[in-house]
Amino acid sequence: MNADAGEAKSGWLDRLGAGLSRTSSKLAQGITDIFTRSRLDDETLEKLDDLLIAADLGPATASALTARLARERFDRDMGADEVRAALAGDIAEILAPVAVPLILDPLAKPHVILVVGVNGSGKTTTIGKLAHQFRGQGKSVMLAAADTFRAAAVNQLRLWGERAGAEVYARDDARDAAALAFDAFKRARAEGTDVLLVDTAGRLQNKADLMAELEKIIRVLKKLDAAAPQSCLLVLDATTGQNAHAQVEVFRDITGVTGLIVTKLDGSARGGVLVALAKRFNIPVHAIGVGEGIDDLSPFEAEDFARALLGLTR
Amino acid sequence: MFDSLSDRLGEVFTRLGRRGALRESDVTAALREVRVALLEADVALPVVEDFIEAVGQRAVGEEVLRSVTPAQMVVKIVKDQLTEALGAEASALDLAVTPPAAILMVGLQGSGKTTTTAKLGLWLTNREKKKVLLVSTDTQRPAAQEQLQVLADQAGLRFMSVIAGETPRQIARRCMVTARLEGFDVVIVDTAGRLHVDEALMDEAAQLRDIVNPAETLLVADAMIGQDAVNVAKRFDERVKLTGIILTRVDGDARGGAALSARAVTGCPIKLIGVGEGLDALEEFHPDRIASRILGMGDVVTLVEKAAESIEVEEAERLAARMRKGAFDFNDMRAQLRQLGKMGGIESMLGMLPGAGRMKAQLAGQKVDERILVTQGAIIDSMTVAERRNAKLLNASRKRRIAQGSGTSVQEINRLIKQYKDTNRMMKKISKLGKKGLMRHPMAGLLPH
Ligand SMILES: Nc1nc2c(ncn2[C@@H]2O[C@H](COP(=O)(O)OP(=O)(O)OP(=O)(O)O)[C@@H](O)[C@H]2O)c(=O)[nH]1
Ligand SMILES: Nc1nc2c(ncn2[C@@H]2O[C@H](COP(=O)(O)OP(=O)(O)O)[C@@H](O)[C@H]2O)c(=O)[nH]1
Ligand SMILES: [Mg+2]
Ligand SMILES: [Mg+2]
Repeated sequence: MNADAGEAKSGWLDRLGAGLSRTSSKLAQGITDIFTRSRLDDETLEKLDDLLIAADLGPATASALTARLARERFDRDMGADEVRAALAGDIAEILAPVAVPLILDPLAKPHVILVVGVNGSGKTTTIGKLAHQFRGQGKSVMLAAADTFRAAAVNQLRLWGERAGAEVYARDDARDAAALAFDAFKRARAEGTDVLLVDTAGRLQNKADLMAELEKIIRVLKKLDAAAPQSCLLVLDATTGQNAHAQVEVFRDITGVTGLIVTKLDGSARGGVLVALAKRFNIPVHAIGVGEGIDDLSPFEAEDFARALLGLTR
Repeated sequence: MFDSLSDRLGEVFTRLGRRGALRESDVTAALREVRVALLEADVALPVVEDFIEAVGQRAVGEEVLRSVTPAQMVVKIVKDQLTEALGAEASALDLAVTPPAAILMVGLQGSGKTTTTAKLGLWLTNREKKKVLLVSTDTQRPAAQEQLQVLADQAGLRFMSVIAGETPRQIARRCMVTARLEGFDVVIVDTAGRLHVDEALMDEAAQLRDIVNPAETLLVADAMIGQDAVNVAKRFDERVKLTGIILTRVDGDARGGAALSARAVTGCPIKLIGVGEGLDALEEFHPDRIASRILGMGDVVTLVEKAAESIEVEEAERLAARMRKGAFDFNDMRAQLRQLGKMGGIESMLGMLPGAGRMKAQLAGQKVDERILVTQGAIIDSMTVAERRNAKLLNASRKRRIAQGSGTSVQEINRLIKQYKDTNRMMKKISKLGKKGLMRHPMAGLLPH
């Protein structure tokens, strides 16, 4: 998440590698099979296309990538490793511009981070992990329990607050998410807190009334500080398929998403849709979730991600 | 970005021209489009390949009926094949064992297990008059047991109390004993979310299954899941032997290809679908509807049913009567907007209309957004009682005041007034107005002319 993430890097890379390799080994195997025959011909390209699709890149992005490969290297003799490296390079090139860490505004007290996303994507857990990281950097952190809908959401956040050593602003009987966020913001400001993370209820992007509630949260935060929220993070589940496009589009339009966090990359889903999202929306990807533990949040690194996607970690 | 299959095929066949019977070359070209459509709908690749082959065999040589285009013919064949692949007809839960019958809920993290556990409990209590016990074995996620307890309370269902420090296995054993002693018909066992590649947790799931010996083991899967659906479903089936699938978040706008993927690799029927966060938002699975949705063909049946659900009949009749009398005012319009919102907004309404793919694209181009329902609601809320009754009062200064009060512009207010007037004019032409008329017209008002 921050500049001095280098130290944590080997750890997360291994983990990501381990997660991705379970199935990217399948992808890698597929590519190897193809290129034991040595020419990059139509049939080969078609199979390559299939492999990318199976990684959730989506049919359009997959064919754009294979078309590029074809343009540049058609009919050339290429070994399997060469092809993989070339593809990984192309993918990394697309991802590089969005691999941007989340930077806090040192002047904002607090820097307000609104966390949004569809149901069950990992918002609350990610807030716990982020709080832990900020605490590790010596920052004071407050969590606002603005998920006033889901059963036991407040206590879930309280437990994360305890784990991370962050104060939790909550009311058990809160109904109005915007009012709660507003009060938390006031409190955090009065206390000179460095970071305020606002948890929100999960909502599907096609529900107009629920999306309007997010707009309202933002509106009332701006009453206290026009620059707030300094960040709006959309949490995406890596197992999501092409609907991720609609999620990013609508949340961006309504809440002005400033960055993405992709969770559950410790499974066998490869999060390939990110490649298409990077191309289409150019929104920074700040971090990835690689487990349920408090330390399981890692910076998003374009090249490592691309290589892991194609089974090139080891 | 997602054109409907009919649109895609329309283009293919315009290129090919019209012929009597579907020839292999036509079908091959058409199937390329079908393939892309299915992939965009998140049907997993191996499943797509098998499906395409089956459709190809069925389609080649098929006589194109005089009244339809070749594109429509192919769409029909694809739709039929897809409906069959999804399981032809709804399949019920099978709880015919010596009670207590256990239901084990499994799935990935965040897929909707806990919510669905409560929904299912309510479903069985209300529809089948079962005495149901809910149990949480989720000791993993913070406050997960409390979550189910709260939901059980909301639904008025029995929840097996938590004993701190118990392991999932201990809880599973205890719940079966409790259920037997207290004469429960059904025990629904919620479990912690787990990754199908997490061997330790998959072992645990298998052990839980052995302990409760479930009549049904249900995979709870999110309708938004992508290509990984095949791996997830397959692995859960291998490790705990599934008997059925529940697809959640069908109220979203994902195309739901996961339904086909999961069904194809496990052979298990999809038994129920989750269509909202409320505890009553559980429905039977209708393969033909999901088939239409996967193909982007719209779903008239669902549309009609949804309309029937959300528009309270009395309210509809009241509005209709007022319209006939020409007494339709802003208060009535407000009620309509609210109903439209309840039905999931304009986009999801359009998604259910046949042939709406193109209209949706147009809408996207024209930037008609969902928020219009909310803005227009806000405008009306900012009017005085008198203004709501009488549009003629709305002069420039009043409009400015309303704009300020609702955080909108005078332009937006003018648009609302125009829409209101159009509506009134239209109403006068429609003599007899039922639910459908009521439904159709607020939509028409919102569409760009
Ligand atoms: N394996 C894995 N699980 C995760 C990750 N992030 C979150 N989860 C799990 O996913 C589930 C849902 O996470 P939450 O943080 O409650 O998600 P949420 O978005 O706050 O959910 P709602 O508030 O219900 O919308 C929990 O079981 C988490 O433990 C991740 O990176 N990897
Ligand atoms: N819109 C919608 N939300 C759902 C549905 N089913 C569950 N949810 C939501 O998804 C989130 C995660 O659900 P939960 O039951 O806690 O998932 P679990 O982690 O698998 O137990 C919660 O916010 C639920 O309200 C559904 O069918 N539709
Ligand atoms: Mg949450
Ligand atoms: Mg749960």
